Amino acid sequence: MTLFLLRRAGWFLVTLWLVVSVSFVLMRAVRGGPFSSERALHPAVEQSLRERYHLDWPLWKQYLQYVGPLDWSAQGHRLVGGDGTRPWGGLLALDLGPSFKYRDFTVGEILAQSLPVSAALGALALLWALALGLPSGILAAVRRGTRLDLALRLAATLGIALPNFVVAGLLVLVFVFGLGWLPPAGWGDLAHFLLPSFVLGLPFAAYIARLTRAGLLEVLNQDFVRTARAKGLPPHLVLVRHALRASLLPVVTYLGPATAGILTGSLVVEKIFAIPGVGTHFVNSALNRDYPLAMGVTLVYTVLVYALNTLVDAAATLLDPRIPLEEAG
Amino acid sequence: MTAAWRARLRNVLALALLVPLAALALALARRARLPRAELVYSNGSEVTTLDPATVSGQSEGRVAMALFEGLTVKHPETLAPLPGVAERWEVAPDGLTYTFHLRAEARWSNGEHLTAEDFLYSWRRLLEPETAAPFAYQLWCVRGAEAFSRSAPEEREARWRDVGLAAPDAHTLVVELARPTAYFLALTSFHPLFPVHRRSLEEAQRSFPRRWQSEWVRAGRLISNGPFKLVERRVNDRLRLVRNPEYWDVGAVALRSLDILALEHIGTGLNLYLAGEVDWIDRVPATLVPELRRRPDFQAAPYLASYFYRVNVTRPPLDDVRVRRALALSVDRRTLCAAILQKGEPPSWSLTPPGLAGYPRPEMRHAPVGADEAAHAAALAADRAEARALLAAAGYGPARPFPPLEILFNTSETHRDVAEVLAADWSATLGIEVKLLNQEWKSFLDSQTNLRYDLSRSSWIGDYPDPNTFLEAFTADSENNRTGWRSERYDGLLAAAGREVDAARRLALLAEAEALLLEELPILPLFGYVSQNLVHPRLGGFHANVLDEHPPKFWHWKERAR
Repeated sequence: MTLFLLRRAGWFLVTLWLVVSVSFVLMRAVRGGPFSSERALHPAVEQSLRERYHLDWPLWKQYLQYVGPLDWSAQGHRLVGGDGTRPWGGLLALDLGPSFKYRDFTVGEILAQSLPVSAALGALALLWALALGLPSGILAAVRRGTRLDLALRLAATLGIALPNFVVAGLLVLVFVFGLGWLPPAGWGDLAHFLLPSFVLGLPFAAYIARLTRAGLLEVLNQDFVRTARAKGLPPHLVLVRHALRASLLPVVTYLGPATAGILTGSLVVEKIFAIPGVGTHFVNSALNRDYPLAMGVTLVYTVLVYALNTLVDAAATLLDPRIPLEEAG
Repeated sequence: MTAAWRARLRNVLALALLVPLAALALALARRARLPRAELVYSNGSEVTTLDPATVSGQSEGRVAMALFEGLTVKHPETLAPLPGVAERWEVAPDGLTYTFHLRAEARWSNGEHLTAEDFLYSWRRLLEPETAAPFAYQLWCVRGAEAFSRSAPEEREARWRDVGLAAPDAHTLVVELARPTAYFLALTSFHPLFPVHRRSLEEAQRSFPRRWQSEWVRAGRLISNGPFKLVERRVNDRLRLVRNPEYWDVGAVALRSLDILALEHIGTGLNLYLAGEVDWIDRVPATLVPELRRRPDFQAAPYLASYFYRVNVTRPPLDDVRVRRALALSVDRRTLCAAILQKGEPPSWSLTPPGLAGYPRPEMRHAPVGADEAAHAAALAADRAEARALLAAAGYGPARPFPPLEILFNTSETHRDVAEVLAADWSATLGIEVKLLNQEWKSFLDSQTNLRYDLSRSSWIGDYPDPNTFLEAFTADSENNRTGWRSERYDGLLAAAGREVDAARRLALLAEAEALLLEELPILPLFGYVSQNLVHPRLGGFHANVLDEHPPKFWHWKERAR
């Protein structure tokens, strides 16, 4: 186990380095700069901004500045020709830099403010997904072939197929303007979270329902379940104690990357419900050519996906002891 | 795997589930439930910065206007300059020297007195290239200011002594202009010229060399001099402002608090407005306009902005003025405005929009527009006949078909609709094959700036109510020209207008320049914008005006009608 985690940590650093380097180069290869606008800046003003954010440096130097830990600017570390007033900087000094677009915030501040919002919304969405997906999957499997099964499967297909802005629009129409129970958008109360988390969780619930149903159907036909039944165990105990545990494996495997996705927010849901989460920044930072912010959200996503996948692999051996950790790693 | 490890792993998994739940609890706990402010309005995307000197967008300007105040304040309806920090001013007969008398009771939000020195510091900061202020050039009308902006750091001090700004005493500011600038007084209410608090700014720069900007404007730390001050800020969510008790005219400020929301999605803004959670939104979904127009709280008013197409005059066959004129003449502007845009946009044959007081606004030559449908059809037919003749004169016809053209626009439904109408008009009238190409915003700007287009969607929003703010974009050395067109006569006319003291003669010179532009047509004028505000019917002191600027100082709630 220790070896497994160590090896994972090692690969994590390699992955992170690759992600940073490739994103760094790709971002700057895209046409258009962070400071262009309808009203073009005076060349001297633009030059001044480029100097402030070191965009006038050669790419290799910008890269070293971004990675750190030495600061290469005039006030930087003495080793690289600075005056030593602020020797350290960059990623390795845990400094993600300033945002080009939101100049009153550092990337760290933006992430610190928006990640908890997205995580909270995502957690609630995950609860919706599990609370709706698991029971309906189990129900559909147990009652397979009935009309209920058909209805649940249809609902799941709809949940996957309907784009979230359509679902959001319908729900707003019903719960805000029809019944007047919930606020249309915003953030602050639990009431603000209900609609967006439901919209966000719905497709995940649908996937979970399908995976649960399929997994359960497969397991229910296996020998150990038949044995349990033959022993005279009541059906619900067979289901809960034996079949369900083994059938959850695909669900858990799916939950890893799904959780990373759900916790880092969604552009569409955040926009429609005016939620100050991190999902908006994934798209907007790229559109705005806000290199440090785009880099920051990319890093967050990388870390989350990696950590959750590691957890999932560990969880897989818990659910099915036949899967060795080493192989999963 | 041992049993002990498994137990441990189980704990880790339980923790992993707990973490998001804890995050939920935390986020809800520290939601800092702000009760609704007295007035809530939507301000588009999150603002770039609160520093009034370094911003250029309309959203940023609106925030700056609530937090800071310049020498003068705009009248909420007429936009005429009212006393702000300056209680009165004198202009010398030659129009070159302005003497502002600052009111003794003007204070910063921390209670410190606001003096003429504050303006010297703030305007010097605006001019210094290190500040990277997009609007620094607006102050270049001051004597020596441009040379100061362009000087190297080591000669900065010497150059500063030549700049025509002086503070003979704490409450007098004397400004000497290099040329009479008719709109200078209007500029003093424009946010780049707002004062900033020197001590807090320099302290932040000293203590936080790397992130001084975010420290300086932090809620609770930002010191401002306007009717409101900042108490809370959440990125991409809201700015919470409360009435500034130190403001000199605090008695005239009726609202106790404002919430300025960062709302990117137009539909969400409308939902919030209809649910009563927001009191003012400044844009509505285009598809709903026909329905919303019928509401009494919907205000569509002429807006100081123009929608036009830039033409790349360096690319044949668009280098031929006859071709450009043929394109400009064959567009059915009236149908475009009435059927596609539907907000009451005025069809336009000029670069400048209507609504500029005293300006004899020229139009490109076209058949006079009639009042009714038949007259309109006749005028359009005449224009299109001339267009076909022009194209033939340029050498295009059955024997020599016109090469295909491409319209470049930034991705947006409205821009696509307009481009499709134009493409259809040009294809039907002139037989030109037109392709549409959309690009996301930054790529689009890059293509436009580097003249990698045939025709490109454009617009221009005026900074102050004067034709100059539109016309100066098309001088030869303007970064905003982006058409490849240059005319010495045009530049000369604008320069002459800059030197002219007499208001009427100055406007005549500007009109002559615009007439020249509309003769050469490096741009194809299409229509003027309208503002589209949905405003709470009880909000008083809020008026439609051509800048779509609404100083919050004057807002108040009207009594419910009995």
